[in-house]
Amino acid sequence: MAEKSIETTDSVTKQYIVVQIGNEKYGMDIGYVDNIIRMQKFTRVPKAQSYFMGIINLRGEIVSVMSVRKKMGLEDDVFTNASRIIILKIEEKGLIGVIVDEVCEVVTLNDSEIEPVAQSAKNGKELFINGIGKKGDTLISLFEIGAIVEEKDNN
Amino acid sequence: MDVSQYLEIFIDESAEHLQNLSDCIMTLENEPNNKDTINEVFRAAHSLKGMAGTMGFKRMQHLTHDMENVFQEVRSDKIKVDSSMIDLLFECLDAIEKYLDNIKATSDEGTEDNELIIKSLNDFIAKANGQPTEQTSQQPAAEVEAPKSEEKTEEPAAQEAKYANFDLNNHELADIASARESGCQIYGITVYVQKECLLKAARAFLVFRAVEELGHIVAYRPSSQDIEDEKFELDFSFYIASTESLDKIIAAAKNVSEIENVLGGVIEDTKPEETKAEDPNVASPTEKTATEKAPAEKKVAAPAAGAKKQTPAKAATSRTVRVDIEKLDALMNQVSELIIAKNALVSMSSSENEESNRQGFHDQIEYLEQITTSLHESVMKVRMVPIETVTQKYPRMIRDLARTLNKKMELVMTGEDTELDRTVVDQIGDPLQHLLRNSADHGLESAELRAQRGKPEIGTIFLHAYQEGNNVIIQVGDDGNGIDVEAVKRKAVERNIITMEQAESMSQKEALAILFMPSFSMANKITDISGRGVGLDVVKSNIEQLGGDVEVSTKLGEGSTFTVRLPLTLAIIQALMVEVRDEKYAIALGSIANIESIPVKDIKYVQAKEVIHLRGNVIPLIRLDQLLDIEPREEEPEELTVVIVKRGDSQAGLVVDNLMGQQEIVIKSLGKYINGNKLISGATILGDGEIALILDTNTLV
Repeated sequence: MAEKSIETTDSVTKQYIVVQIGNEKYGMDIGYVDNIIRMQKFTRVPKAQSYFMGIINLRGEIVSVMSVRKKMGLEDDVFTNASRIIILKIEEKGLIGVIVDEVCEVVTLNDSEIEPVAQSAKNGKELFINGIGKKGDTLISLFEIGAIVEEKDNN
Repeated sequence: MDVSQYLEIFIDESAEHLQNLSDCIMTLENEPNNKDTINEVFRAAHSLKGMAGTMGFKRMQHLTHDMENVFQEVRSDKIKVDSSMIDLLFECLDAIEKYLDNIKATSDEGTEDNELIIKSLNDFIAKANGQPTEQTSQQPAAEVEAPKSEEKTEEPAAQEAKYANFDLNNHELADIASARESGCQIYGITVYVQKECLLKAARAFLVFRAVEELGHIVAYRPSSQDIEDEKFELDFSFYIASTESLDKIIAAAKNVSEIENVLGGVIEDTKPEETKAEDPNVASPTEKTATEKAPAEKKVAAPAAGAKKQTPAKAATSRTVRVDIEKLDALMNQVSELIIAKNALVSMSSSENEESNRQGFHDQIEYLEQITTSLHESVMKVRMVPIETVTQKYPRMIRDLARTLNKKMELVMTGEDTELDRTVVDQIGDPLQHLLRNSADHGLESAELRAQRGKPEIGTIFLHAYQEGNNVIIQVGDDGNGIDVEAVKRKAVERNIITMEQAESMSQKEALAILFMPSFSMANKITDISGRGVGLDVVKSNIEQLGGDVEVSTKLGEGSTFTVRLPLTLAIIQALMVEVRDEKYAIALGSIANIESIPVKDIKYVQAKEVIHLRGNVIPLIRLDQLLDIEPREEEPEELTVVIVKRGDSQAGLVVDNLMGQQEIVIKSLGKYINGNKLISGATILGDGEIALILDTNTLV
């Protein structure tokens, strides 16, 4: 990691945690990631937004956990041994957990490897993506973290 | 000199003095001749001035100095306290408060000179000196002469008990006599400062401060003004009235650094001859070393003295939130016990004898439990503050309201020492203030109307606080007009909040609940004080945020009472744990009336809703599983476990599967993501790490 950060002097690079959700790979800006934990038992919160799976006890703190799948309108989560909860730390609102199918790797992307996504796409999950990263022949959809944790009307 | 590190202390203490001043001036308004209070005001103004000066806040110093001057004149009976003076003094306080606010915000006092106020203050002094009344004209002369003669006879070499040679004026004699009547001893004290002492006046000031924790000073030689201006050589003397022992006072004075020696003796009679014999006992210079005394000792002594004393020379409770050193000591002790318990467990886990380990293990667990319980208690105590911290502002507010509204009213407060969690106290101020304003503006009638109704001319507004179980109740109300329930209904119909039919079938309680609806105001005209419709609904929501509730009861023509119920603390509560299917919920014990086992066949229906008829009360039944979207039971049991919860006078029965018992739970917030959920007020972590949600039953009843 140290070597890579030295390279960063001429072009802006960012590190992403690559996760698998369904068939796609998604990237999360590592700066937001506080922790990655195994699946836990949730405590359901009645009447909460439907994409919230519930709350967990993270070392004495209550953290709400959401399903990105539900939020993006994908099919329901199937929990396996590889499922993980990524704990994100958002400046003002604190910790939140996001369930992913699998955590793959950490990649470093610089500007030239990221293709922006047109923000005009108003429907579906594109709203949650702010770019596509290209590493070799894999494509990584980069999450717009703000949009993921943003409250969404729950129909 | 860099004084920024003292800024916080300065702000704290100034606020304290200001509050003290405000209280005293309120008292003065009612009893303009109360000597104790006048002295207290003088002292507070004096301390403020000294502090402002030290911190380099010249404008503030200037203002307080002039204030002090006025009081100097009042003290020496040259001017009488009248209402114009009280008004001016309150203006002064407001100005000082502004300085203080500025200092808080920017560390600078600002540029307002308040010349007008200073000028009016000086006018008072000029008036006093211009036309002195006959009785007072001789006194200043006496006062000026006395110190002079003192200074002439002074011999710096020999340390003698100069207090013995006081020439007391009438005024001082009167003070001494009244102090004696209230059971105080009079002591004469002469203090010698060290030759190399630079700030003699400051030392003298510190000495006065120290001894005034134990009693109050009745006479100064040289005069206090001269001492303050450093118009003395190496010694000064004073008479102090106190219920404490002489040694204690001398020790307090010696505690101040750079004091060479303190001589003292009992003044048996106001004729001082007999006292000379006393000084050899206390005059030994070796006692100088006693200056290194622990300040804690002084602190402990002060409240004890305050309790015994009758004269209100010193406010008994500290106004700012400071933690008593004893509470901290208790905490520290418990933490060290915790460490010992931990160490015992550690050593047990490394030793090999399993049999004895098991026994010891259980002992240690029990011990640990004991420690955590007492730790919890101590921490709770640290968190508790008396509601006085907010209510002490109200007398002044009511006074000002009385002026602006041109009504006669007085505020009666009881139970200001009732303690509440800090977080609650911090936020309860505004709602209470609002209720008081309401009482003053809408509640109380005009003097004429009161006279017609045969009520006393002065309206009473009250604030009673007391503890009731796990709650603190604060009642705010008045003996005024009361609320016209019919008028409320009419207004509500007018504003299309309810229909005519609804209005007719409404109970008084339901009608009164309209008052708490957003943007409902009864006032026909908007005044400065209230009537804008942003009122009781805000009060209600503020109080509910604190986990409390508010109710109103009223009798037309006799007054109304708002009852605010608040939880004692927010962080930790006693709760009943219940199970619904496999989910666990906590219900605050304070809101539970009782628990019943109800046979299914006893369930009745009213308007297609399930109710139970219990000891004459019809209680609606709430199926928690339906409410919380839990899968229904396959088979309904014959008996239902029903937890009856209450809120004020209304009740509801919650159907649960299982009772798990009572537990002390720590309330945690659900965070900022999950919302729209008033049903759940938080969560708590159980012993096994599992989470239980806390039901806010207030939303159900």
